Formats: sequence, structure tokens, C-alpha cells
Amino acid sequence: MSLSYSCNGHICENLLVMDSFVRFLKEREQEQLIKILSFLFYIFRHDDLKEMLDSNKDSLKLEAMKRIVAMIARGKNASDLFPAVVKNVACKNIEVKKLVYVYLVRYAEEQQDLALLSISTFQRGLKDPNQLIRASALRVLSSIRVTIIVPIMMLAIKEAASDMSPYVRKTAAHAIPKLHSLDPEQKDQLIEVIEKLLADKTTLVAGSVVMAFEEVCPDRIDLIHKNYRKLCNLLIDVEEWGQVVIINMLTRYARTQFLNPNVNVSITHMCEKKRKPYVMDPDHRLLLRNTKPLLQSRNAAVVMAVAQLYFHLAPKAEVGIIAKALGMFEPYLKSFYIRSTDPTQIKILKLEVLTNLANEANISTILREFQTYIKSMDKDFVAASIQAIGRCATNIGEVRDTCLNGLVQLLSNRDELVVAESVVVIKKLLQMQPEQHSDIIKHMAKLIDNIQVPMARASILWLIGEYCEHVPKIAPDVLRKMAKSFTNEEDIVKLQIINLAAKLYLTNSKQTKLLTQYVLNLAKYDQNYDIRDRARFIRQLIVPTDKSGALNKYAKKLFLALKPAPVLESPFKDRDHFQLGSLSHLLNAKAAGYQELPDWPESAPDPSVRNVEVKDSVCAERTVLTGPEGAGVLLLQTTRGSSNIASGSDESGSGSESEESREETESEEEEEDEEEEKKKRKKLDKTKAKKQAEESAERCAIHTIHQIRTIAPSGSIKMYELLHRITGEGLAVEYCFSRQPFSPDPNMVAVQIQFTNNTNSETKNLHIEDPRLQSGMRIREFAEIGLQPTGESVTVVMGIDFCDSTQAANFQLCTHTRKFFVSIQPPVGELMTPTFLTENNFKKEQGERTSAHSRFNTHSCPTDCSFSSKHLSFFSSYVVVTPPPPPSAPVYRFAGKTVSSGCLVLVTVTTKEGGGAQLTVNCEKMVIGTMLVKDILQALSQ
Amino acid sequence: MIHSLFLINNAGDLFLEKHWKSVISRSVCDYFFEAREKAVEPDNVPPVIRTPHHYLINIYREKIFFVSVIQTEVPPLFVIEFLHRVAETFQDYFGECSETTIKDNVVIVYELLEEMLDNGFPLATESNILKELIRPPTILRSMVNTITGSSNVGETLPTGQLSNIPWRRAGVKYTNNEAYFDVVEEIDAILDKSGTTVFAEIQGVIDACVKLSGMPDLTLSFMNPRLLDDVSFHPCVRYKRWESERVISFIPPDGNFQLMSYHISAQNLVAIPIYVKQNISFFETGSSGRLDIAVGPKQTMGKTVECLVVTVHMPKVVLSANLSATQGTYNYDPVTKILLWDIGKLNPQKLPNLKGSLSLQSGAPKPEENPSLNIDLKIQQLAISGLKVNRLDMYGEKYKPFKGVKYVTKAGKFQVRT
Repeated sequence: MSLSYSCNGHICENLLVMDSFVRFLKEREQEQLIKILSFLFYIFRHDDLKEMLDSNKDSLKLEAMKRIVAMIARGKNASDLFPAVVKNVACKNIEVKKLVYVYLVRYAEEQQDLALLSISTFQRGLKDPNQLIRASALRVLSSIRVTIIVPIMMLAIKEAASDMSPYVRKTAAHAIPKLHSLDPEQKDQLIEVIEKLLADKTTLVAGSVVMAFEEVCPDRIDLIHKNYRKLCNLLIDVEEWGQVVIINMLTRYARTQFLNPNVNVSITHMCEKKRKPYVMDPDHRLLLRNTKPLLQSRNAAVVMAVAQLYFHLAPKAEVGIIAKALGMFEPYLKSFYIRSTDPTQIKILKLEVLTNLANEANISTILREFQTYIKSMDKDFVAASIQAIGRCATNIGEVRDTCLNGLVQLLSNRDELVVAESVVVIKKLLQMQPEQHSDIIKHMAKLIDNIQVPMARASILWLIGEYCEHVPKIAPDVLRKMAKSFTNEEDIVKLQIINLAAKLYLTNSKQTKLLTQYVLNLAKYDQNYDIRDRARFIRQLIVPTDKSGALNKYAKKLFLALKPAPVLESPFKDRDHFQLGSLSHLLNAKAAGYQELPDWPESAPDPSVRNVEVKDSVCAERTVLTGPEGAGVLLLQTTRGSSNIASGSDESGSGSESEESREETESEEEEEDEEEEKKKRKKLDKTKAKKQAEESAERCAIHTIHQIRTIAPSGSIKMYELLHRITGEGLAVEYCFSRQPFSPDPNMVAVQIQFTNNTNSETKNLHIEDPRLQSGMRIREFAEIGLQPTGESVTVVMGIDFCDSTQAANFQLCTHTRKFFVSIQPPVGELMTPTFLTENNFKKEQGERTSAHSRFNTHSCPTDCSFSSKHLSFFSSYVVVTPPPPPSAPVYRFAGKTVSSGCLVLVTVTTKEGGGAQLTVNCEKMVIGTMLVKDILQALSQ
Repeated sequence: MIHSLFLINNAGDLFLEKHWKSVISRSVCDYFFEAREKAVEPDNVPPVIRTPHHYLINIYREKIFFVSVIQTEVPPLFVIEFLHRVAETFQDYFGECSETTIKDNVVIVYELLEEMLDNGFPLATESNILKELIRPPTILRSMVNTITGSSNVGETLPTGQLSNIPWRRAGVKYTNNEAYFDVVEEIDAILDKSGTTVFAEIQGVIDACVKLSGMPDLTLSFMNPRLLDDVSFHPCVRYKRWESERVISFIPPDGNFQLMSYHISAQNLVAIPIYVKQNISFFETGSSGRLDIAVGPKQTMGKTVECLVVTVHMPKVVLSANLSATQGTYNYDPVTKILLWDIGKLNPQKLPNLKGSLSLQSGAPKPEENPSLNIDLKIQQLAISGLKVNRLDMYGEKYKPFKGVKYVTKAGKFQVRT
């Protein structure tokens, strides 16, 4: 680092003097002095920095801070500068300030008392109008690991959690685990904040708060229920790191809430009558469906997260979709062929995959490939390849002999490691059918003269001992040679020599008695405990003496028992109890903080916990938007938003931004084709709303503040059946009215259609044919669905212009093999969209419609029905909302217009004291009006 | 999550450390050094190293080890992806990611690391957001800075309109609006001794350089999108649109970025542009061997093969090579045992050939295995898979952008076994 010494002349001189002095001393080898002097030198340098920090020139301060940060980066200690640095925490220069923050976070823990001096600056920062300053103040404050400021931190986090900038809320989420690790006693309070932030609807916050959840209270799965669907729907728009964390958490969640989709495959035939047929929870399906597109992420961690989710949660039939992304299955065999330039660990992994993929059909190709690997210069890899051949041979009986022959050929390889590894593998293979291979055993017995690798020698000796009856002539000779070299052998070899001796003694004592005695005597005085012990033990067991007990009789049975053939196992086995893709899985050991993946529940917990009641949210919205303080909030937001914009962008404030992004994610089926148009419209809506807000601000009239809301389809929308699974021969079709504008043609009603393929084969070319419609009605078909795999659901949106009538639209639904006649008939409420009217306009319009050319109906509601917010929710989910009434006046007004002709529909409900209400519907279209009244009354009396 | 980061060069010098939680002593890296020594080649260092109290997850890039310290469970790929993102950010900021540039810009590096992680969890990793928070150095600015000694970062705080399109900053303005796309395909292949393809696939990427004002909404379509069945996208791409219509619809980040990558594994689609005839043999006696390599065009679709290089990792016993090349130059490095033959442009009329003798260490046994050949090449104006961009449409802005597409095919891991 060429620190700019030049900027301060005298320092430069100082340095030079010091330098030559130090060199002079070095020559004199006065090491102690050098140490002292270099310490002085250190102090000198820091003095210089302190001087710069104290100056009133920002450029000098900055230079000093840069040098200090460079010191920190190189791991040099700069803690003695703390007092000089902390003074600059309130510096105006943003760059200096930033570097001071960096310094503070690094050293605050060591200098707690001094660090407290800076706290007030951050507290001020937390109230700054600029969201970035608020965020960074919170970041630094929460990073200072000083226990005494815990209460301040707690307060700051709580405040930031309700900040209107999502960026600040995100920072709050990050601060939660920091505070938790500093003071675990704050857990309960922090959980409250987490709960609050989990309800946040912006993508920016979602990942961070789930991270906080995972660190602070991963077991509080109940906090997720209400946010589950929202998280699923937001997922695709969350940044990649958040996606990984959310997906991993949802995997665990799903394991506690849904039933195992694979269980009934095995159990049904046992207790078919008892068990209900398995039906996948729609929420379970939602998770699978919403994560699937992320397989195309550029981020490998995201792809892995989705893959593990499918692995742990999906029905077996669907796991295949991850194969392409993960490359797990047979068609991709060749992708795992190994290049000489691959790193060793990659080679070993590829080898493992190839071995696992080997089957009768491809084994010859794989073996040919393995043969090229054996010639590699990387010896570890060669050894692994030989083991892999051994595993293929044990798994696939047909090729055992081929493999064995190949391995035997390797025994004459020039490289000893190759030979040794082959011996070990051959030993295991021979154990499976020794009778047929005595010639191989003989061959191996000869090798003992040349092979020096202990493991291989030990293996050969064991083999000869075990099958000494197959090689009666060679075995004693081998023992003779071994007895000679006994003292020079490695321990594992010595143990096997004793073993061989014992076995020969039992089968062929005539020839080997003396040799055995000799070996045991050598072993008796060996340096190694184990060998001495073994020798003593074996002597007692095989050599009959007066004292030897009953075991002696069974010695032969003990030593020459038939031993089960070993199973050649993958080094990667035994780790499937860990969640795939986790650190613990990789290491095959539980890492700190690992959350066990729970087993599926026996019976599904109540799925309704995930229902988010529309009623609640509507009511909440209403009070927020209409209460006097609420109005204040809204206005404040608008002005804040615009003050943020003032800095030169035409984007609106952060609050409405997030609103928009949420809407976008919720309207899952939007036709992006027409996004432009849609955006424009949205903008229009927004400006309209803004205008209204301004107007209302002028008038200070509470009841005119409102927003046009289309109620989101989630949960509350009714699904209708278009084609039953049985009549559709496995193809089930459902539809609903999504209540979103149909963007290709605003005069059409959007109908969302969901196809589920329950057949065993793919359905192809799903499309609409031969629509038969009443005159004037129009239909806009969805794009043909080329291919629908088994078990998959596909959702499309089509548009129908019903001409504001409840006549059914009939058409044929065609697949590549079949045609089905179906029809869609809309309830009257689905023929209209909400519209916005001020109270005055509403009254004006209503006045017009009571006149001759229009139609109005007034009906009394049943007296026993008190009109409450419950009914309001009915309206809002069914017809139209706007404007919400002031709470004092019991008059509810709703305005909408028909989709096709844009004709106004006005609904007024006047509640009466003592229960009951009066319903008035004003609409130019008589039929619509009448039907609407009927429907509403019916719903109210329920 | 990520506790600390250490940057270590090839010589084992630890030249930068950053901690996001409390400080962890750099002595934890001793475990890494131990593993590094054991691995011999830097590539062979295990990516995850377990120590008694920590886990070290590392990547090796541009001759630098990025070693991160982990204390609790975290998906290893998460960390590895993040470390790569750090390296890419350095590259984006300083033009290259090397020890020198990192040391020269240590303050910016430190500030970047500070912004990228908060408490060990990624905060801002998108280059567009980072560039608003910390301005990258430019030649002009660093020159002015050296003369005036002024600051590298602006006096004003970035407005940081943290929009809901995190990858694009607001208020982008250009006088020349242009969008360039580079379709780059790499052929990964293994050919056996006889020249038969054992395995071949294409790894393709589309790199984009988009300099458009405002908030353009782009749609890129292909003549033959059916080729692409295994793709991954930059987060700006709308997945749904791809699923339903096979077009790439996106609001681009500003500047350079990788739009998508794809993988074509169907063997019949992968053309092998050259053939290699080789004969390398070592003799039992005389401590010598012979080498003869010839290269010729195979399926080049009428284009010229350029930048052709053949690399051979010789066995350890090969002391020197005495060869003659009919085209290009060759060099044998007796230390690394790498024979490099730089051919250049492949002339179909006169096929290049490299021939001669190898001398081996006397007394040593002849090598068991013949070394495999690694091929490097480049073909301009061709995507070997046949992928073609059809058109680029822009919505949302009124101006007419200048558009361009370039195709290049390269050899990826292209190996000929002998």
C-alpha cells in the first residue's frame, strides 16, 4: 500500500531517519532495541493520523480514515485511535462518516465506554428524513456489540419495523438476530417484531425477516401460518438470497403441515378401506407450483433449494423435473464423464454418481469408461475408480466375472498403489464366491513377495487364511515366508499373520504347528499391545492345554465360520437423514444451528390456520383509511412520498411502490403481453387516487378518502367446476372469476381456468373449439397448451364478453384425443368491476337513476339481520367496494360498473336501528339490477 | 451466516480480512493452509473444510482464495455463490479481480464488503445498487484524486431510489441508446483415441451490454427457441413469459450483465468443429518418445477456426521436446511439464502438424498413460448450436435504440484422450 506519505513532509523525514536508524541497529543485532523502536515508530505514525483526524479539513480526515481502514483490512491493530476517530462520527462529509462507521463497528466491542459517545449521533440518524440515513444509522447501532445499549437498540428496531420505507424495515429485520445474539433475553420482544415484519407485504423485507425467524425462533412455526400463502406468492420476486432462506424454511413448514404425498402408494393396498384417498392440500400444491420456475434461476443455491424442496416434498412422480437442473438421472450419464483436468474432489463425486447410475443396461459403457480412468496420473482417483469397479461388480451380478478379470489384470500393473487397491477390492469380491476362484487366490498368494502396501498384504494374508483349504499347498509356504519377515511388518500385517497361522494350525497342524508356535512367540514380545494381546488370546484358544476351557473345542468353528460377504458401500451413504443441500448433509455431521427436517404428520393439522380472512383485512383497512388519524397517515404518506420524489425521479414514493409490486405478484395470471397497457392504466388509477386524496385534503372531509380496491382472489374466490375428473376421463377443469381486469380486452370478464391432469399420460394440445354464443357475446381463447404432463396443474386466463347478461357461454374443450362440451355461466356479481365515486357524485348519479329511464329497487332486508361488517365483507368479495361509509352514518354505498357496457351500478344499504336494513340498487339495466338484489338478499339472509 | 472473509493469494499471504460479526482470529486460516498444502494443486483444495469450531468455505478465483468462516448451518452453495458474487463485483468495479487491484483499492473493497453483507446475510449484491452507494473508480477520477487529493466518493448522498426493480437504477440517461447481445457458446467435449465423440455438450451464455435511457422493457425472441430446454436466467427475466411463449421478456439492468445461460446436451446438436489426429508413444528403451499431432477442420459451418491452441500435460518423466511445427509456435515448459502449441488460424488447405521426439529421464520406467490433449479454439460469427436471435423489441420508451447481436463459439473443456 503506497500510503501517501508525501502529503506530510515531516513525517516522511521522520520515517527516513527511523528507517536508517533501525537498519543501523539491525546490523548491530540489537533486537530488543529494534522492538522498542518500532513500537515508537508505530506511535509516531498514529500520532500523525491523530493530527489529521483532528484537523478541520475534510480531505485530511478522509485520508486518515482511508489509511486506518486499510490497516483494519490488513488485520493491523488500530484500536488506539478510537478516541480520535469517534469524534468524527458526526462529521458532515458522508465519506468520512461512512469510514468512521466501519471503524466503529470493528472496535466498539473493545472500547465500550468510548463507543457510547457515538450513540446519540445514531439516535439522531434514526429520525432523519432520508431513508438511507435511517437505515445506516440502525445498521451501525445494531452492529455495536455493547450490552448497555440493548434497550436503545430494542426501541430503534421496533420503530424501524414500522418505518414506511421498506429498506429501513429490511434493516430492522437484519438487526433482530444481532440483538438476539447480544442479549438472548430479548427473545420474546423480538418475536413480536418478527411477527409484525412477517406480515409485511414487500419482497424486500420477506427474505430478511425469514432469516431473522430462522435464527431467533425457528420452532415458532405457528407464526408462518397466516403468511404462508403470501410468502409462496411473493417468492418469485424476492431477491435470490432471500429465496434460498424462504424455500428452506417452507420445506420444514410443509413437513409439519401437510401429509406425505407418497405414503398411500405403499399403504393403500394394506388398509385400503380405512384410509381416505390422498388429496394434496392446495397449499402444498401452491408451494410446489410457485417454486418450480425458480429452477431456472442463475443462482445455484436457489436451484439447489428448489431441488431439495421437491426431493423432500413432492410426489415421487414429480421429482423428475429437478433432474435436468441437478443432473441426477440416467439420461445425463455422460455429463459425468471425467476429464483429466477436473479437480480431484469433482472426479470422486462424478465417479460416485456414475457408480450409482450403473445398471445392467449401461454397465458395459461405464466399465469401458472406468478403464480409461485407471490409467490416469492422479493416483487417488485411480484408487477411487478401482473401488467403483468393485461396487459395480457387487451390485450387478452379470458383470462380476468381467470386473474380477479386469481387476486381476491390474495386479500386474507397474504402480503399486493400483495393485494394492485392486487386491483389497478383489478380496471383497472373492468373498462372494470363493470356490470358483482358487486360481485367483493362488495368483494373489504369489503377489505377496512383491507388494509392499500394508493394506494389500494384510488382505492377501486374510484371503489365504480364509480359503486355505482351496490352496492347501501354497498356504503353509506363505506362512513360512511371513514368519521370516514378521518383525519387519506393519501392525495390520502382523495381525493377519497371526490370523493366518491360527487358521492353518486348525486345518493343517501337521505342517504348520511349529511355524505357528514361532509366530506366536514373536508376537508375544511385540511392541504393540494389540499384537501381544491377540497372540495370547489365540494361543489359549487353539493350542489345547490342561487349563484351556470349553472354548477350545469350538476354535475351528470360531475361526472358520462362514463369513457374510461384505457389502461395498458408497462413502456417501448414511446421510439421507439430513436436509439435502445443507452443510450438515455435506459433512455428514450435524452443524450448529441445523434444524431437523421433521417427519410428515400422521394426520394433517387444520389447514384453515392458513386462511387469511378477508373480513378482517377489509375492516382493518376501513378503520385505517377512514378514522381521522388514519386520514392523517394517508396524507402524510402521500406528502412524504412526493418529498422523496423531489430528488429527481418520476417514480412515486416507496409506500405506493411496494403496494404496486404486491398487486403485481398477487395477480398471478396477469397477461404480461399487455403489461404496457396495464401499467398505463395503473398509473391512471394512481393519479386518480392521488387527486382524490388531494381533494379530500382540501376539504378535510374524512369520508372521501378511499382507495379503489380490487379484492385479491386468494382464498375468498369460489372455484366452479367446468369438467369433472370422471367425465373428463382424468382431466379435471375448474374455473373462477379472477376479478382482475382482463388486459387484452377491458370489456371482457377474466375467467381463470385451471386444468389438472390426473391421467397417466400427458395431455396435449389443450384448446377451445366451436364456441356457441348468444349474439353479441364474444370470447377470447387462451393460447393452446401444448403439453401437460401427468399430475400437473396449469392455469390460464381467458376473456368472455357476456354482454352484461347471465347467459352461459358454451364451447368445446379439446385435447389431442377428446372433445368435451362445457359451459360457463357467470353469477351476476361477476359481471361488474368496482368503480370510484365521491359521495356527492354518488348521490348525483343515484338521483339520475331514480328518474324515468332507469330502474331502481328498494327492498327491506329481514329484520332479524343486523347489517354488520360481516355483510360488508360479503359485498366486497362479491360485488364492489367504494366508498366505505363514515362509521357514524349507517349508510353503506357501493359503486360499480358492468364490465361489458360500463353501465353504472349503485348499491346503497341503509341500516335501521333495531336491526334490519334497506337495500337499494340503482342500475339502468333492469335485469342486472333485479338479479343483483336477489343475490344480495339471499346472501344476507344466510 | 457468513462470519468473516479472508483473501489469500497463491503464495499463502493473507492480504485482506473482513469480519461481519465479532472478530475471528486469522489463525483459523491455519486449517486452510494445511488443506492447501495437502491438495498440491490449488484446484484440489476441498471447498468445505471443517475445523473444531468453524467451517471454512472457500473458492479459488483469479489466483486468490476467498476463504469464508461459517459457524452455523447454512447451505454451502449459498456461501459459494456469494463468494463468486463478491469476485464478480470486484471485477465489475476494477476491471479485473486480482491481488493488485484489490490492494490498490482496498478502501473501496472494504466498503463494498460492508454493503454486501449485514450481520453475515447478503444485503446489496446487485451491481446497480452498489454503484449508487459506492462509486466505482474511473481513470479520470483517480487521476483527479491523485492531483487534488480529493475524495473518491461524491459529496452528496446517493438518492438511492430503492425501486421495486432492484437490478435497475432510476433515471438512467444516454445520448446514444444501444443494446448489444453476445451469444457465446462453449463446446465441452471428450473425444477418444480414434476421434469418436465420447461426450459433447454446449454451454452457452448470452452476455448483454445494454445502455438505454429510462425504463425500457425488452423482448428478445429466437428463430429456434426449441433448442433451449435447459436454461437459467438473470432475475430480471420473466419466467412465466418464457414458459408460455418462449421469448425473453425483461427490464434490463444498466450496463453489462449476463442475461441467460443455457445448456444443450443432445449429442446430435453438438457439432465438433475440428478433428485431431495424434500419435504419442514412449519407447521401452532409449528413454525417448515420439509425438505427432495434426489438426484439421471438421464441421465448421463454413467459418474459420481461429486462436487454435493445443495443450498437453506431459508425464513427469518427459524432460524436453524436440519438435517441429508446420504452423504456429510450440513451447515446452520442463517445470510444469506443459507442452503448448499455439497454431492460430486454421488453414484448411495446409493442415498444421507438430512432429518430433521427446526425451525422457533416463532409467525411469516409461509412462503408463499417454497424456490427453486439451484444445482451445474460437470461431467468430457462429453459434455452433445454430441458435439465432430473431428480433429485439423495446416497449416503454419512445426512442429508437441501436441493436446488435454477435455470435462466438469457443472450446470449453475440450479434451482428446490418447
